[in-house]
Amino acid sequence: MRIIVPIKQVPETSNVKMDDETGTMVREGVEAIVNPLDLYAIEAAIRIKEARPTDDCELVAVSMGPPKAATALREAISMGMDSAALVTDKAFAGSDTWATSYVLAAAIRKLGPFDLVICGERATDGDTGQVGPGIAAWLDLPAVTYVSSIDELDRRTCRVGRLIEQGRELLQMRLPGLVTVVKEIADPRLPTLRGKQRARRTEIPTWCADDLAIEPANLGLEGSPTRVVRIFRPTVARQCRKTTPMDDQAIEEAAQELIELLRSRNLI
Amino acid sequence: MSNDNHSGVWTLAEQSGGKLLRVSFELLTRARALADKRGCELTAVLLGPEMADDQLQELIARGADAVIAVEANELEHFLVEPHAACVGKLIEDRKPEIVLAAATTSGRTLMPYVAIKVNAGLTADCTELDIEPETGNLLQTRPAIGGNILATIKTPRHRPQMATVRPHSSVPAERSEGRTGRIEHICPPVELLTSRVERLKFIPADEQQPLQDAELVVAVGRGIKKAENIPLVRTLAESIGAAMGATRDVVDRGWLSYPHQIGLSGKTITPRLYIGVGASGSIQHLAGMQTAETIVAINNDPDAQMFRVSDYGIVADLFEVVPVLTDKIRELRQGEPSNGSK
Repeated sequence: MRIIVPIKQVPETSNVKMDDETGTMVREGVEAIVNPLDLYAIEAAIRIKEARPTDDCELVAVSMGPPKAATALREAISMGMDSAALVTDKAFAGSDTWATSYVLAAAIRKLGPFDLVICGERATDGDTGQVGPGIAAWLDLPAVTYVSSIDELDRRTCRVGRLIEQGRELLQMRLPGLVTVVKEIADPRLPTLRGKQRARRTEIPTWCADDLAIEPANLGLEGSPTRVVRIFRPTVARQCRKTTPMDDQAIEEAAQELIELLRSRNLI
Repeated sequence: MSNDNHSGVWTLAEQSGGKLLRVSFELLTRARALADKRGCELTAVLLGPEMADDQLQELIARGADAVIAVEANELEHFLVEPHAACVGKLIEDRKPEIVLAAATTSGRTLMPYVAIKVNAGLTADCTELDIEPETGNLLQTRPAIGGNILATIKTPRHRPQMATVRPHSSVPAERSEGRTGRIEHICPPVELLTSRVERLKFIPADEQQPLQDAELVVAVGRGIKKAENIPLVRTLAESIGAAMGATRDVVDRGWLSYPHQIGLSGKTITPRLYIGVGASGSIQHLAGMQTAETIVAINNDPDAQMFRVSDYGIVADLFEVVPVLTDKIRELRQGEPSNGSK
């Protein structure tokens, strides 16, 4: 059994600061981390291997990004992935999800035969969730998204649970195939000390555009169908009636005023 | 695909059990505005089992000029391969200029799969859509960089231009009696219907999550400080019969479960009233609630972004304000007839 997990290195965005003047992200001091939702994909892969101690099971992480994204791949290895590959090239800069999934699909092809590709639901920086299904389309794989459990798996098929708006589906997919997993799949483990040591020792091959069977015209900004043409802060359309009560009496009054407003609008 | 010869706005309607889902009508609201501005036809495409005529007429009544019903038993439930094959074939044959789908679990899977197959640009989770009249370029605006800013995205050279739109981010298009339009039924050839994924079983959710359809919502942010303080806000919510929501910070810390999460990575809601308690108003959160009719903020930080989108704000310690507010509402309620008439 061979399982590929594509991962992304992302900025730690939960407390990103914005420069009010320029409307751009303050990048200084922003830590680069493994996309938190990819940790669930890594965990799912590790659990598949752990459940099959007698099988020959290989877990491979792959990432497209700048050279420093190797750090993210080492973290994946320190959690329990067996090996990793990094695809990095200036030509990839500015890729949208179409161009990104194209390159990752080519990298996966280069990694050789596999049974299952496991992706995180989406990356926390781009927040699109389009690269997983995109890879499946490029590789012409069957795909199941929003997978919350991998119930059975052999070399020919897997049975998975899929969370949708109205409930949970049970699906059977022929392999090779691709799944994107959600948080419910399993809690990601922390890297172990032994894992970290192994990660340091593991050589991570680095491939550039020329190492992959890809069309240069499909890469990076030039190869991306979509373009960001404007970045801005949202404008404000509402006039806020703001009160700053300084004592108990003023808080009472503010609460009363709010209640009257809500009643006048027939809300309570 | 080049820009030539592509025309018309399409929506991908969704059905369950042969009945149209509400998102189908939300998409028509967005698409009608675009089609009118572009001066082109709006077509609703529906994949599913054989559909009753009144369902297809409903799409016309709510704004579609034409309906294409792609009908086969294999399309009853969403499976990406047959759905993508049918939509991809239709796009290649008919060449629409714009294709909109809902950012549901099926739309978010189908659209990227199709976009690769037909070589089209795709933008996820748009909150605003507009059109450049001279070029026909779709201006797709969505929150970016973890929801801290908004980005407008164009697809200058590829057609169709594809976008997903969050459910509940627009109102469903109203019925307009007397509208007429063409309805076309298509039986797709079997080679488009093969799937390597098979649906074995479906287990409906135990309870419907009330948040998305709630008229009143009280949401709690990181200002609540710890899980033990959540009941304070819950009591407020209960006093007005509101559903409880939360910011991502609160859910990430495990103080409330994920179904409560409002925002870019959670639910989008459009309630009549939203009260944010200790919620600072990150764009990520605002993306999920700023279309609420009335917005109230309670926060001790006078510079909190939430005040910028609010109608009424109390700048004070929530631990002092919320109990007073809850008591006052309860008093009021006790003085009213038991059904709490408005």
